[in-house]
Amino acid sequence: MNLAMDTKEFYFTYAGAEAPTLKGIDMPIYANKVTALIGPSGCGKSTLLRSWNRIHDVYPGNKYEGEILLYHENGNEENILDYSKEDELIRLRQRVGMIFQKPTPFPMSIYDNIAYGLRLAGIKNRSELDGRVEQALKGSAIWNEVKDRLKQSAMGLSGGQQQRLCIARAVALKPQVLLFDEPTSALDPISTGAIEELVTELKEEVTVAIVTHNMQQASRVSDYTAFMYLGDLIEFDKTEKIFVNPKEKLTEEYITGRFG
Amino acid sequence: MFNRLFRLSSYSAATLVLVILAAIFGVLYYYARDAIHDFGFWHFITTSTWEVGEDDEGGVFGGLIPILGTLFSTGIAMLFAVPIAMGIAVFLTEISPEKLKAPVGIAIELLAAIPSIIYGMWGLFYFGPILQKLFGGQSNSLLTAGLVLGIMVIPFMAAISRDAINTTPSVLKESAYAMGATRFEVVKDVIFPYAKRGIIGSMILSLGRALGETMAVAFVIGGVFRFPHSLTQPTISIPVLLANNFAEAGDLELSAMFYMALILFGISFITITIAKFFFLKDQK
Amino acid sequence: MNATQRRRLLLNRLILILSTAAAVIGLAFLFWILTTLLIKGIDSIHWRIFTHDLVEKGLRNLIVGQMVLAGVASLIGVPLGLLAGIYLREYGVNSAFARFIRNLSDVMMSAPSIVIGVFIYGILVAPVGGFNGWAGSVALAIMMIPIVVSTTDSMLSLVPQELREAGIALGASKAQVILSIVLKAAKIGLVTGILLAFARVVGETAPLLFTSANNDYFTLNMDQQFPSLTVSIYQLATFPDKPSQNLAWAGSVILTALVLLINLTTRYIFRKRKIK
Repeated sequence: MNLAMDTKEFYFTYAGAEAPTLKGIDMPIYANKVTALIGPSGCGKSTLLRSWNRIHDVYPGNKYEGEILLYHENGNEENILDYSKEDELIRLRQRVGMIFQKPTPFPMSIYDNIAYGLRLAGIKNRSELDGRVEQALKGSAIWNEVKDRLKQSAMGLSGGQQQRLCIARAVALKPQVLLFDEPTSALDPISTGAIEELVTELKEEVTVAIVTHNMQQASRVSDYTAFMYLGDLIEFDKTEKIFVNPKEKLTEEYITGRFG
Repeated sequence: MFNRLFRLSSYSAATLVLVILAAIFGVLYYYARDAIHDFGFWHFITTSTWEVGEDDEGGVFGGLIPILGTLFSTGIAMLFAVPIAMGIAVFLTEISPEKLKAPVGIAIELLAAIPSIIYGMWGLFYFGPILQKLFGGQSNSLLTAGLVLGIMVIPFMAAISRDAINTTPSVLKESAYAMGATRFEVVKDVIFPYAKRGIIGSMILSLGRALGETMAVAFVIGGVFRFPHSLTQPTISIPVLLANNFAEAGDLELSAMFYMALILFGISFITITIAKFFFLKDQK
Repeated sequence: MNATQRRRLLLNRLILILSTAAAVIGLAFLFWILTTLLIKGIDSIHWRIFTHDLVEKGLRNLIVGQMVLAGVASLIGVPLGLLAGIYLREYGVNSAFARFIRNLSDVMMSAPSIVIGVFIYGILVAPVGGFNGWAGSVALAIMMIPIVVSTTDSMLSLVPQELREAGIALGASKAQVILSIVLKAAKIGLVTGILLAFARVVGETAPLLFTSANNDYFTLNMDQQFPSLTVSIYQLATFPDKPSQNLAWAGSVILTALVLLINLTTRYIFRKRKIK
């Protein structure tokens, strides 16, 4: 099985905090699989996810220790914690995309939302842009709903549509890995279903890591699950192992709803 | 009983706002009507003569020069203030180290509170003479007035723009960073479009302040009734005309002064209304 | 690194530098003004200016006069502004009339202060036949009203609705609920709003120029021309002699110190409340 990323002895400390929030995480992410991160709030699952594309660097003073390896398609690897120049971070984020808790359409048209990242990446050719935008919207199962109003503001879409638009926006860049940070927590059940279906389809093309507080969601969409508690990775395994026959008592207590 | 009385008095107080505004227009018009009758509107604003007749009676009064002085000084002020205020706002929200944000922000807000007469005095004694050395002409000039006015509105404009920029949700910025945008691209493509209304609103409110400002300009514009053929020559603006000549004006001249005040009030009323209704609507 | 990327990074660096430079330039100007004030202040402030009036080259009557003008303006403007703000938030809320008044009040807040002076000249100076202190105070009061209206409106909107409902449920009338519960709950916010309005008008010059004008002597009689620190600064600064100019600087420093002190105090009060 191929690795997409590998996290080794990883510590993360927020700016100004004395103790690290993540304490020695060791965890692989397998290519073209969906990996779910679960655990009670404050366990560090979002912090870990946000380390994988170093979005923490937007705010000054945060500290990383350890290694986070990102594998190229040719099998070579790079430690993303070694990156220090802005262009390295930019390329990292083009390779490792992110979807947030709330839909975040930019204040521009539907078309421009998708084309934005492509233009940043240097694609100027109109027909190539058109093609990539259409492809991304189709790949995110929203093309039929928006194809007649590509020039309209993205703010006019419903919450579920906005979230799929944001996924399309990330997919358009053809990333290797997509990080989802509780992508359905602001959505109704029907939109949630559509997003979950999309996530499972996406893994043909990309590797997915998803933070969720909803255990049914984790069991529905993921192949692997990591259970975290108070900044430690308690257990990582195939999803069915975690949910049917967990090794750790803490994991069992959490998934059976005895705490959290 | 008391309940009804209280409601009535608070209602009256609210209505008073409307009454005062209407009264300002009414009273200015009442005193200005002789000048309006004698000079009309178009003729008044295109005449550059301001001369009292013999024996202090009658005369020819036109508002062109102070109107131009007001518009030009405000224009210079905005050209100078907008880029610097935007720089400060962007610096305070997106660039500055966390430790500097609060103290610099507070300093900007305190500077916005300093009485405008202080800016005027500084311009008169320090800034004007330096500008004269650099650009020639006179120390008290249109240029000095415009720049002092600009410096005066910078903190005000920067503070409001910063607040508008701060309303951009951080997750929206993060999602642009997550696509590989640079800091500048996030500011240009996400923050400015998102906070556009508030930022433009802050510019127009500052424009309104500059248009009606008296004391920061009175010291440094020269106060002479003359068309400035270059930036470094003195001229006059409507507020300064009023501040310097109002108390000694004769009958028709006083009426013309009220006319000037009415025009100034009209300009500022329209400017602020535009800012409020088109740009700052959603706030509050 | 490809060419597009390099161009983007270069542009980014350039704009960030320009923006920081703009901030530095802006702050440098403002710092320059403040240091000028400070140096001039140390130079020109002596104890005797607090104990002598303008006729004897002191500022005593002017400082007292300015405070009296702004104080009387507060006595007129604050109750009216509070009442109007109460109406907007407690009775009108989002009615068309309340929204209309709210917008008008915001527009009035930005009216040129010299125009207010001209207006008051028309109703309180010309008909009476001479400059007087009352006219100056009313002009300042008119400037205060919209500021107090706006802060009252927004401070009352922060009072939780449950508090009002609890009062009504106990059988209190609406007026009682407002006076005994809502205003108490919003007290600190209202006080800071009033202080800021005071700080704003106490430094005003233009509305006083031809309403209360000025007086070289000490007086508390509001029927006469009234001493004003700001109007005197305007006159003294344009005199050619050094002592007059120094007096103007001393006045400016005292005025600025007063305004900044009030601003810092309100900040302190407000922050303390937040921590609680």
